[in-house]
Amino acid sequence: MASTAAVAEIRTPREARESVVVRFAGDSGDGMQLTGGQFTQAAALAGNDLATFPDFPAEIRAPTGTTFGVSSFQINFGGRRIKTSGDAIDVLVAMNPAALKVELGNVRDGGVIIVDVGSFSDRNVKRAGFASNPLEDKTLNAYRVIEIDVSALTMEAVKESGLGKKDALRCKNLWTLGLVYWMYARDRQPTVDWLNKKFAKQSGLATANIAALNAGHAFGETAEMEGDVPTYSVAAAKIEPGEYRTVSGGEALAWGLVVGAHKAGLKIMFGSYPITPASPILHILARLKQYGVVTFQAEDEIAAVCSAIGASFAGHLGITSSSGPGIALKGEAIGLAISTELPLIVVNSQRAGPSTGLPTKTEQSDLYQAVYGRNADAPLVVLASRSPSDCFETAVEVVRLATKYMTPVMLLTDGYIANAAEPWLIPDVDDVAPFGVKFRTEVEGFHPFHRDEKTLARNWAIPGTPGLEHRIGGIEKDYDSGHISYDATNHQRMTDTRKAKIDGIANDIPEQAVEQGETSGDIAVVGWGSTYGPIDRAVSNVRAEGHAVSHIHLRHIWPLPRNLGSLLASFKTVLVPEMNTGQLVTVLRAEYLVPAEKVSKVSGQPFKIAEIESAIRARLGA
Amino acid sequence: MNVVPQQLTAKDFATDQEVRWCPGCGDYAILKALQRTMPEIGATPEKTVFVSGIGCAARFPYYMETYGFHTIHGRAPAFATGIKLSNPELDVWVVGGDGDMLSIGGNHLMHTLRRNVDLQILIFNNEIYGLTKGQYSPTSRVGTRSPSTPQGSVEAPVSAALFALGSGARFVARSVDTDLKHLPIMFKRAHEHRGASLLEIFQNCIVYNDGVFDSFKAPSVASERQVRVEHGKPMIFGAEKNRGLRMRAGVFEIEAVTVGEDGVTVDDILVHDETNRVMANLLASMDSDQLPVALGVLYCNPAPTYEASVLDQAADVRAKSPNADLNKLLRSGYTWTV
Repeated sequence: MASTAAVAEIRTPREARESVVVRFAGDSGDGMQLTGGQFTQAAALAGNDLATFPDFPAEIRAPTGTTFGVSSFQINFGGRRIKTSGDAIDVLVAMNPAALKVELGNVRDGGVIIVDVGSFSDRNVKRAGFASNPLEDKTLNAYRVIEIDVSALTMEAVKESGLGKKDALRCKNLWTLGLVYWMYARDRQPTVDWLNKKFAKQSGLATANIAALNAGHAFGETAEMEGDVPTYSVAAAKIEPGEYRTVSGGEALAWGLVVGAHKAGLKIMFGSYPITPASPILHILARLKQYGVVTFQAEDEIAAVCSAIGASFAGHLGITSSSGPGIALKGEAIGLAISTELPLIVVNSQRAGPSTGLPTKTEQSDLYQAVYGRNADAPLVVLASRSPSDCFETAVEVVRLATKYMTPVMLLTDGYIANAAEPWLIPDVDDVAPFGVKFRTEVEGFHPFHRDEKTLARNWAIPGTPGLEHRIGGIEKDYDSGHISYDATNHQRMTDTRKAKIDGIANDIPEQAVEQGETSGDIAVVGWGSTYGPIDRAVSNVRAEGHAVSHIHLRHIWPLPRNLGSLLASFKTVLVPEMNTGQLVTVLRAEYLVPAEKVSKVSGQPFKIAEIESAIRARLGA
Repeated sequence: MNVVPQQLTAKDFATDQEVRWCPGCGDYAILKALQRTMPEIGATPEKTVFVSGIGCAARFPYYMETYGFHTIHGRAPAFATGIKLSNPELDVWVVGGDGDMLSIGGNHLMHTLRRNVDLQILIFNNEIYGLTKGQYSPTSRVGTRSPSTPQGSVEAPVSAALFALGSGARFVARSVDTDLKHLPIMFKRAHEHRGASLLEIFQNCIVYNDGVFDSFKAPSVASERQVRVEHGKPMIFGAEKNRGLRMRAGVFEIEAVTVGEDGVTVDDILVHDETNRVMANLLASMDSDQLPVALGVLYCNPAPTYEASVLDQAADVRAKSPNADLNKLLRSGYTWTV
């Protein structure tokens, strides 16, 4: 029933490109994320390296045709290593005037803009905020515009499917995908297979969508229009051999937690309350019951973290996940986990702004909250993932640290990492070293706060163990017996011990490496989290001109790597690009008395390479 | 199954910690009654966990020689839920006061009850905030004078039993702190019930709210002002055992009548049906001077527990995919080889 995708016959030579940035933009209901996801897979299967940036509104279905309802998916793919989702758009697919309005400023001069003219009614043009039709005035003079009535052509393509007009028009995204596949000589078959599977029980929809996909592709081939649809070739990138997949930050993080728990010999109890953009982790883990995962959708953020702490008390690995506002609510309970010295993992998928802020936009502004954001002296461990695939390794590492040191560990990601996808060389789980947890069972000499001399971690005795019955709580505990104690010197000793335990972890994590460049020089560009890609590219660009600039990227935010102070001191300038108003820079200044300088961006959008590059150049005087 | 080598006694459930409640506090009597009950219900210290929030009552775990977790204000039911989801074999008790359970923790109590997590939840209701020195609580009656309400409180109080029934609790019972005969029976019933068991204990705060329950607790009035309900038995009370509850003709409400007066016979008296939720609501609502306070198991109608349902689902999933391999998980969906 499904037609197969024939290998495209190339009539005119394709223009070779090292890398390309494509952005699909349309209404929230236009299926742009889905389109982007399919295109990502096609690029990956063609051997390109890639990075993606899904950018969507907080509203589920914002009013159609409005600028605030525009949902976009950007992909940067190429024959070289790709580290960011791209600064400027080479090809913009705009499904309506609002999408054009929102994205136009990001298209490079001379870039290609494909528009569905069928959606450019006077009403839609006005609704998008254009004074006059941009297709008719000079708005688009700087670009190569391809005007296609996608709406009408899609209706025509799917007319035999018997779908109503509304459903038929919903196939528009597949039509454009087919066209873009043609432009880059991409194989349609995986998408055909995927549609057949997705609509296995609604074969009419499968047939219609496949017809639209093929029609878009055929349109490119036959170019029923004035001027050709430009075609390109993007070679496969030279990448390490092995088995690959695309992975989102949410998937990599969830899987990393499961693998980490497996290596610790523990089962996961994941307590969470839905919040954007953290919910995917809950959704993924809820489907992994066969791996010993229990998920609990709690009544609120507080119950979520409390259930996780209760689980750790009972001998599971307690994990909770949220975004900034939810982490704020969990603060008191995290303090209890610090005080009772129980393992706990807290994942924060950061989003933008104080309070509700911009739920679907990205920011790194919860670093203070992670490191300092609790009452009293309440140290814990903080790590940050740099990319979707990096979430896997960091997730395994947070499990190791939480269980080895009997401490809460916070893992920072952000909305960008959570939703973006990239190719991933799939690791062999058997290569991850195990770090099995040993519960205390020996009765002789037991008290709940008996510590390992080296790690200072207390012993973990779980309910059900005969002879080790004990009580713990948030009241200060006597160092030598674990009983409640209001003694002043004891409190000093316990506070010092809790701090020493966390500080000591610096000896159990790798020394800070330099990602790129020398260990001394003019400028160290220090980043953390999802700014990795743009910093890396910006530094390599200025290094190519011979400048003594290095890139240092922190995974361990607290405690900081033990050599970081001396490393930073060997640079004349320390520059810290962050998607906040300067949080890591404050920590570095406070810890090392270095005159670190900030590069700040809080627009809800990731850094562009050019922005970081120009900040570096300003310091170089170049 | 664990074999208990020797018969445990109340002493085996007492810790060596000095009890720090005010002399004369009703909590002492509750502690004693529970320590006595534990061996009788076959509890073992290593499989028992007491979880509490914050407040006077929440110090309870420190005095029980079992596992114990003194957590944060209001959240004990959430910790207990995590414990049960991790190890359903554990026998978990949650202890808190009226502030802990019905004010700051009201939300968690509601959801824990409706989910039917297998816990014994004890609310020590003294209608006052004790540990913070005497402010009115969510169960304080209108007009309660306290440091924060010098002219008297103006808020309508919440009824723990009605709140629990409204939240979907499958077991709701009431007792009083000093009744060392009735209280252990209620502990046993709560323990027997699989699912969330809510037991409200009217507890006297000798310092900040002394005598607040005297209107029905005082020995001089107890028999006239309390009705001890028992499943399948007529709801009779009074020193002469001749007072009883019946439905008032023509309206949906309960009245107290005297057997032998106005043609009332024993057959007119309502027989308690603890599986009847409507009756439980009527009994829990009796708060006027004309009606006695209902004590005992107001409602008991078991349903599957939350953790059992969760674990059943997990077992089903495991049965359908017995070879859960992590390397396979990482390779699910589209992969390609370079």
